[in-house]
Amino acid sequence: MTVHDDPNVAEEVSADFPAIDATDEDQLLPQLVAHLREHRTKLRQEWAGRIQDAGLLHAMTPQEMAAETTSVYDNYVEVLETGSVEALQRYARDLSERIIPRGVETHEVVGIVLLLRDVLARSLFEKYQRDFGLLNRVLDAYEPAANRIANTVAVSFVDERERVIRQQQDSIRELSTPVLPVRERLLILPMIGVLDSERARQLTEQLLTGIRTHRAKVVVIDITGVPDVDETVANHLVQTVDASRLMGASVIITGLSPLIAQTLVTIGVDLSKMDTIGDLQGGLEEAERLLGYTAGRDGGAGSP
Amino acid sequence: MTPGPKLVSILRQGPYLIASIHTALDDTQMERFRQDLIEQIGQHRSRGVIIDVAALDVLDSFGAHTLRTIGDVARLRGAVTVVVGIQPDVAFAIVSLGMSTGTLETALDLEEGLEYLDSRVSRGNGAGAVRSVPTQ
Repeated sequence: MTVHDDPNVAEEVSADFPAIDATDEDQLLPQLVAHLREHRTKLRQEWAGRIQDAGLLHAMTPQEMAAETTSVYDNYVEVLETGSVEALQRYARDLSERIIPRGVETHEVVGIVLLLRDVLARSLFEKYQRDFGLLNRVLDAYEPAANRIANTVAVSFVDERERVIRQQQDSIRELSTPVLPVRERLLILPMIGVLDSERARQLTEQLLTGIRTHRAKVVVIDITGVPDVDETVANHLVQTVDASRLMGASVIITGLSPLIAQTLVTIGVDLSKMDTIGDLQGGLEEAERLLGYTAGRDGGAGSP
Repeated sequence: MTPGPKLVSILRQGPYLIASIHTALDDTQMERFRQDLIEQIGQHRSRGVIIDVAALDVLDSFGAHTLRTIGDVARLRGAVTVVVGIQPDVAFAIVSLGMSTGTLETALDLEEGLEYLDSRVSRGNGAGAVRSVPTQ
């Protein structure tokens, strides 16, 4: 293949030389693109080899890599030709969507694009090495376009990653603070995971809306699933309790571990307004007592 | 004084007064509302006051302060005050801005407020216990 290609190039170069020299600058890019199209297979293989040498993209199989490199190459050349980055942007976003779950890192994506840029630049050097003036002009046309492409791909990849992260954060947020009605006018709120102020704010909001919709009178907040409680979190809890009280509901906090209880006392958070009970079971029993239900076990029957 | 629809209505319901605030009040209007309400407590010899703020989606610190003052003054004139219908957003704002609501009693809505007053007023003043004690 390469053997077959090479004499062709030599011929064409010698033939094209005067022609290019004579035409104006906007003829350069089409020439360049034609060159890259012509040597597509060879350059693509060279690129794939360089990727392998650099140890990038080891999360992909050789077949996948071949397919991806071909389409990246085609898109790359197309952008060089048309100068429109929208299509590439779309492609890069699509590609990122596919490869992010496979654990492909940002440096790998940027790395392969820069490798391709390098491979193509080298081939241009080789082709125009006989005429420095022309080479300079070709590179003037090539470099800005190539830089723009590298930039676009990197930005699209990072954007996509951030979108995925945001989406996951949102779903964690939604999942981790369900407000559950257990009985009429009784809600439980099992809190799981680390509380930052954003989450705490959302949690309070959800709880207050829940109180309104379920007409709750008692709320049990279970913090067994919260690994660590510091002053900020404690203050959020106090605020949540106060706000719920303003809505006419009393709050019982359950599931304070010995460690957390000691921490809270040590850092001196004012918890005098908080109603706390050891575990969720106890909390529910207390809540039912507040609501006027009779507790199941000791029953209503008069004890001797 | 102000033309247009009434900003506040104060209705008598048995031994209670029900005051509804229909729209956000400025400081002067709030002050006037406070005076009107306290005066009427004496006129009607009311035992309980319900202030319904369900229509408010904002409550500034002066408003919160006034509500608390009304509660304190009403207590001195022999009436229990309960604020009902605080919206979630308002509750959150009051708490996160650190406006103290002190001894102010609150309930979810008008119905709850009436129930609360019943439990506080009709069976003597002292015992504020809402829950029923199981009979032996």
